[in-house]
Amino acid sequence: MTENENTTNDPIIICEDVHKWFDDFHVLKGITTTFKKGERAVICGPSGSGKSTFIRTINRLEEHQRGTIIVDGIELSNDLRNINLIRQEVGMVFQQFNLFPHLTNIKNITLGPIQVRKMPKKAAEEAALALLVRMGIEDQAYKYPAEISGGQQQRVAIARALAMEPKIMLFDEPTSALDPEMISEVLDVMRELAHSGMTMLVVTHEMGFAREVADRVMFFDEGVVIEEAAPADFFDNPQHERTKLFISQTLQH
Amino acid sequence: MENLAITQEVKPPNTSKSPLKWLQDNLFNTWYNTILTCLALVFLFLVFRGVLTWVFTQANWKVVPANLQILMIGPYSIEQVWRIWIVLDTLLVLLGLSAAVWKGLVLRISTVIASIGLIFLLIPLDLVKKIETDPATLEFNLNIVYLIFFKRRWLLGGLVLFGITFFLGRDRNSLRRWVIGGWILSFPWTMIVLHGFGENTISTTNWGGLLLTLILAAVGIAACFPLGVLLALGRRSQLPAIKWVSTIYIETIRGVPLITILFMGSIILPIFIPGDFQLDKVIRAMIALTLFSAAYMAENVRGGLQAIPQGQVEAAQAVGLTYPKTMLFIVLPQALRAVIPAIVGQFISLFKDTSLVSIVGLLDLLGIAKSILGNPKWQGLYVEVYIFIALIYFIFTFAMSFVSRKIEADLGVGKH
Repeated sequence: MTENENTTNDPIIICEDVHKWFDDFHVLKGITTTFKKGERAVICGPSGSGKSTFIRTINRLEEHQRGTIIVDGIELSNDLRNINLIRQEVGMVFQQFNLFPHLTNIKNITLGPIQVRKMPKKAAEEAALALLVRMGIEDQAYKYPAEISGGQQQRVAIARALAMEPKIMLFDEPTSALDPEMISEVLDVMRELAHSGMTMLVVTHEMGFAREVADRVMFFDEGVVIEEAAPADFFDNPQHERTKLFISQTLQH
Repeated sequence: MENLAITQEVKPPNTSKSPLKWLQDNLFNTWYNTILTCLALVFLFLVFRGVLTWVFTQANWKVVPANLQILMIGPYSIEQVWRIWIVLDTLLVLLGLSAAVWKGLVLRISTVIASIGLIFLLIPLDLVKKIETDPATLEFNLNIVYLIFFKRRWLLGGLVLFGITFFLGRDRNSLRRWVIGGWILSFPWTMIVLHGFGENTISTTNWGGLLLTLILAAVGIAACFPLGVLLALGRRSQLPAIKWVSTIYIETIRGVPLITILFMGSIILPIFIPGDFQLDKVIRAMIALTLFSAAYMAENVRGGLQAIPQGQVEAAQAVGLTYPKTMLFIVLPQALRAVIPAIVGQFISLFKDTSLVSIVGLLDLLGIAKSILGNPKWQGLYVEVYIFIALIYFIFTFAMSFVSRKIEADLGVGKH
């Protein structure tokens, strides 16, 4: 693991004592952390630990009920304009891809730039094609999502998020719904993105990816961050009993 | 070489049967099925013999050609009938242009509509009338054919215009916004041309027959669709006020029969409206039909909205789309596609429901049929008249469900 030459000292996401409840269920119990510009953070933990909920609060797909979240200098509140501003700066990739099935792949990508960024149609299409080349699937541009494989769909979804030229990318278990032989093609794209200096928050079970790419690994359990460390320390020298158990279980297979 | 057997393509076994074999396998395969088949054949023969004998020997079809004009346009003045033709031809021109600039689905729908026009162009009802009054014309006579087409020159001209505008407009996609504007203007244009002004005014009480039925249905369909979509979105809104207003509206309207709403509109509403202001009778019927249909439309659309996974909305929000744009570009296209059969079913029942306006005194197709039967000259010819208007209703509703099937097939692209 080499030092990430892209990471700066400028904070881009600041979370202070973030709490979230689903009815009576306390999902996030006071998360306090700061992500720096260019940082690559991998978030792991057992299911139900609140890790997905946490990254979904960052672009307000989930509302936090206590504490503050400041993204790129804008505090997340109920102000719709602020929410939309932040969403333009934060790209998101979902476990289930969530491509728009009634639009071709290229239209999936150009919709945001044209409708939100007010980019001319032609420029948006050129940019989308360039992104598809970067994803290695330029020949799938005019097909519909249902006509391509899961791995290709997820790469279209990544291109869709990147087309908005976000400052931050959130990945919510991007490879969990993929067949094993397609996981690597998506991880390759994410690796390339990481090396380009993008700020990335990745919820994943891919420990190999975490070890290789992350600047920091955060371990969630029952709504709190139990342990966070650079990958080398995290995997080779975990402090917490719960972390040790998790690592031994995930590395067993 | 040894792999040849594996790599060879294997054709599926031929399972199609000859008609004779099919009969043997399905209708005469056991002794009791043979008996059932024979009984069914005897039954069908008896029924059809009765029906066909009645249709061709006993029925008095004279009533249809003799009243054709009133069935089509009601008491609308025959000297002013060119106005109807102008409206029809305007619509055919718009239709031709739409077919040309959108192609695909719109082209198919237009073809269906133009075919209905063609059917009406070719039905030789005038000829029947002519033969009744003057049997000598039974001999084939080019002169009569000419006369018939001369009488129908407006329809013929409209269909020709349809063809010409389609031909001229092909691939001129920049015309699209003009065509949309044309369709929006076509409604006031229709009303103004039909109504006229000055001394030649034809009040809406004189609109009738198929003309009135089509106007009521077209306006109802065009207006209830957007209203229904808004109500469906309203019912799913997170804002309590909008949600409750929509829900109460939908549930109230659905709890009341259409005929009650028509009576409300035609009798009770005028009592509450102050002063001399009188809303036109036809307009009131249009409003009643629209308000009624919109409630059902809303429920159909809501069914489609519920079928859209939350992930679609989240993905749209994640790229920064606002709520209206999320609905317009992501949710509604998918939701409406999922409920096209239900929506078209709603349109079809709206089309047939227009017949209820005859109860509040409007002379739509059914109202005219009733008034014809009230004429002593045509007394007792219920079956003939009702079969004829049923046939007209059927032509239109069948065309609508045919178009619906085409739309479904067309929009299936990339869905699964």
